Amino acid sequence: MIDAANTAVSPLISARDLTKHFTVGKTMRPGSGRTVHAVEDVTLDVYRGETLGLVGESGSGKSTLGRCMTRLCDSTSGSLVFDGEDITRTGERGLLPVRRRMQMIFQDPSASLNPRRRVRDLVGDAVRVHGIRKGRAVEDWLRELMDIVGLRAEYLDRYPHEFSGGQRQRIGIARALAVEPELIVADEPVSALDVSVQAQIVNLFSELRERLNLTYVFIAHDLAVVRQVSTRVAVMYLGALVEIGETEDLYARPRHPYTEALLSAVPQARNRGRRSRIILEGEIPSPLNPPKGCKFSTRCPFAKERCHAERPELLPAGSGRSVACHYPLGSAAG
Amino acid sequence: MSDAAAPRQMTETGGDAAAIPARPSQSPWRRAWRILRRDKAAIGAFVVLVLIVAACLAAPIYANDLARTDPFRSTLSGSIVIDGQTRKIMEASTTGLGLGTTPIGPTWHWQYMLGADNQGRDVAARLLYGGRNSLLIATAATLICLVLAAAIGTIAGFFGGWVDMVLSRILEVLWAFPVYLLAISLSIVLLTTEFWIGPFRIGSGSLILPIVIIGIIYVPYIARPVRGRVLSLRHSEFVLAAKGLGIPRWRILLKDILPNVTTTLIVYIPIMMALNIVTESALSFLSIGVQPPDASWGTIIQDGQGLLYTRPMVALAPGIAIVLTVLALNVLGDSVRDAVDPRTKLR
Repeated sequence: MIDAANTAVSPLISARDLTKHFTVGKTMRPGSGRTVHAVEDVTLDVYRGETLGLVGESGSGKSTLGRCMTRLCDSTSGSLVFDGEDITRTGERGLLPVRRRMQMIFQDPSASLNPRRRVRDLVGDAVRVHGIRKGRAVEDWLRELMDIVGLRAEYLDRYPHEFSGGQRQRIGIARALAVEPELIVADEPVSALDVSVQAQIVNLFSELRERLNLTYVFIAHDLAVVRQVSTRVAVMYLGALVEIGETEDLYARPRHPYTEALLSAVPQARNRGRRSRIILEGEIPSPLNPPKGCKFSTRCPFAKERCHAERPELLPAGSGRSVACHYPLGSAAG
Repeated sequence: MSDAAAPRQMTETGGDAAAIPARPSQSPWRRAWRILRRDKAAIGAFVVLVLIVAACLAAPIYANDLARTDPFRSTLSGSIVIDGQTRKIMEASTTGLGLGTTPIGPTWHWQYMLGADNQGRDVAARLLYGGRNSLLIATAATLICLVLAAAIGTIAGFFGGWVDMVLSRILEVLWAFPVYLLAISLSIVLLTTEFWIGPFRIGSGSLILPIVIIGIIYVPYIARPVRGRVLSLRHSEFVLAAKGLGIPRWRILLKDILPNVTTTLIVYIPIMMALNIVTESALSFLSIGVQPPDASWGTIIQDGQGLLYTRPMVALAPGIAIVLTVLALNVLGDSVRDAVDPRTKLR
């Protein structure tokens, strides 16, 4: 289904070879400083109405990718197209109409809400800046937003410190929804919450998608949560996209050795012995000095000579799947 | 505390959207004020400060109606009647060659309560008038310092890049001078030349000079932490969130950065006041602060230095006034810091 849509529909947001390098330890001396390869050559399309899960271990660059996609940080190279418009280098002023259409939800709701402002101002600011509603209608819209995220309208006059973690995340969601966006990039929106509250927020996300026709990029390291909310899943390793595919298909038949190792690490209630635990050796290499060939080659149990020398491209592997591996699992060549 | 935590626990586990008990919403400022009001040390320090300020404000009443003296005029010959006895204000010295004069000591009556200085002026009255100058200079200098430091620190931290580079280097140059050396050099340059700002002539006796000098010398010490705070705020998630919402930069500065910097500044107010009082006294003691016949606590200590053996009260009285004020300000400063810290629990 998605495969057919892929070819027919143009993506809502699409990244081409998006790269983000950070420089650390730079002093006034020329040539000093080292480069962190946070995100490298990521090519990714997000289609209207889908929820793209973005998974990977910490330090794999998924948050940075999310921030680059929402233009909260500038990418080093590559291009970013939102609904047909190139926004890779658009200035803050020109970006304003795009900002309205895509929003970010942050991991730690206590850090992403200014402790000195009331909920009314936190959520309402953007409504006024973008002129979403005018005059009296602003108040009605704020009350409606509170209702949408399941908070009482009286809470508009409270400060963030007066709420629990889950309630704060609801405020963060209300703030993102305030500008009536089409795309929401949620950066680990439930990782900082208690498990019971996590389920409520995840349900809220699913509910909102249907009600408001949203498109999500859902960044998480919790594979179970991603499986529940996503229609497609993209797996990142060391700043690069290693595999992308439809959720159930990818979870059932991972084709990249890293995806398989990652999935095998998920504790399963009903382990029918189908999947044995793959324990990767060594640490994730430093993004300061990534491996020369395939980024996963240093830890891959199937790595061959070619893997160490040549970096594989993310290539379509049928039924909506793309894999960045010279010898994908389950193929005749492997 | 415990009964406030219990219902919150319930909302965490029970329905997340369920209500927390209805109560008036607390702004962070109101919360800080509530904490401060329950702090006994803070209240004590505040009362001491109010008394000192009130006494200094009442200086003319004291001088005219109670001590009946002019604290700015030398009274080298003259006498007062204490308990039916007539006593000279400047007594001939009974020690040594009997040449010099010794001012009258503390009488513990309204007239010359703390004695006279070497020009026969009432020390108690001068102490109150001096307090006015000391407190005025300290307050005004604190304001100047905080405004300058907040502006420089915020601009440097918020705009970064070459703006930050230039401002930081200027601050470092100021920083490189020892505080008193800087103050003394500035004083000497400014005190020996009078100049005009528009129609206003600023002469060597003007209080504006010590105010400006003291205001400037501590700017780097406040601007640096303000810059650091702004820098960390600029990269905080809530500023990033505001940027993502398309909120204009000036509005982020006004609504997200400045209110959070204010707490940093408020904490500095009492500490800066205390520091400025001491600095003013030191400069006045070195004759480069308040100029005679005007008094400040520092100038009175200087007056008392020659009388340290015979009439120690002249130097002791302003010394005690400084210690009391500075101590009270420091205690208040500690309490204010605790009160604006969101980690402090409400008791």
